[in-house]
Amino acid sequence: MAYILIFISAVFVNNIVLSQFLGICPFLGVSRKINTALGMSGAVAFVMTIATIFTYIIQKSVLEPFHIQFLQTITFILIIAALVQLVEILLKKISPALYQALGVYLPLITTNCAILGVALLVVKKDFNLVESVVFAISTAVGFGLALILFAGIREQLSMVKLPKGMEGIPTALITAGLLAMAFMGFSGIVR
Amino acid sequence: MKKSGFRIILNGLLSENPIFVLVLGMCPTLATTNSAVNGMSMGLATLFVLFGSNVAVSVLKNIIPDKVRIPAYVVVIATFVSVAEMLIHAYFPVIYDSLGIFIPLIVVNCIVLGRAEAFAAKNTVFSSALDGIGMGLGFTFALTLLGVVRELLGTGKVFGQIIFPDNYGALIFVLAPGAFIALGYLIAIMNKVRSSKSL
Repeated sequence: MAYILIFISAVFVNNIVLSQFLGICPFLGVSRKINTALGMSGAVAFVMTIATIFTYIIQKSVLEPFHIQFLQTITFILIIAALVQLVEILLKKISPALYQALGVYLPLITTNCAILGVALLVVKKDFNLVESVVFAISTAVGFGLALILFAGIREQLSMVKLPKGMEGIPTALITAGLLAMAFMGFSGIVR
Repeated sequence: MKKSGFRIILNGLLSENPIFVLVLGMCPTLATTNSAVNGMSMGLATLFVLFGSNVAVSVLKNIIPDKVRIPAYVVVIATFVSVAEMLIHAYFPVIYDSLGIFIPLIVVNCIVLGRAEAFAAKNTVFSSALDGIGMGLGFTFALTLLGVVRELLGTGKVFGQIIFPDNYGALIFVLAPGAFIALGYLIAIMNKVRSSKSL
């Protein structure tokens, strides 16, 4: 049942945002309202899973056999950029409302370190293809969980008066820190 | 908008500091600042990429067609990141191990693509080079500062020099939550300083 362990580890113990520090920019940028947080999580989940599959296949069938691993960064980022373009086109056709809601954040998924991070991590951790897909989906779930929790807290915070210098990013960061502390309570669940 | 060279560098360092003002490039900031050395190394690696990619994009800006400019910039940046990664792996293996996947992740650092798009694509090679250096220095300054704060509060050391014994340190600061909290307070302090000085 290694897959369950991968899932629990990726969602709770080593949460991609709160413990691995990947995906912070969208985390801070899109988390003001729960609706946008949900939309962003969905888009990231989709792109992350497909990107991991493609980059994994390219890594194993092209980069490693031909010993051109030094091209890894360039190939991976190009694959991700192409995928995001594709998702954008598809989303425009299938759900224009969601496309409008996500606005500028959709092309920004390309620069989402979480996507490239996960692609690099599955190579580093030496997973096979199925484990990589499970890892990618679990990471996306963890990302969504952190994002939605954070959006809920921020919606509440927006009704409170704060000292001038603390408004906006500083309070968001300190809240994220407390959330990260809470998630640290999960460490030790997976040996 | 003509700016003197010195002004451009100062811009990246203070008034448009990528971390404290623009709030870009958060991921490496939080992840690599668990010690002052790591923070500074990450900053310098990013400075190298910023300088290289700003210059390259500025040289090529008239040749790259507008429709494919973003993928083209990304390829340029990825090339410099790959070079930086190989250099660090060869000459600084300890740093390579501690920075881990965040070296290749420089390619998705919003600062690098952001400056290429916002500045290098519209300015001369010389100005772009200076902007790259300025932003890189600002980034390095912010990362080193955060690294120093976290290392000092967490372990009582700065750059490996013991300031006070580490059982007086709050270990949380070199862990994940501490990164968020330390950066949050640093930005709050910077906001206060900036609003009272109106830089």
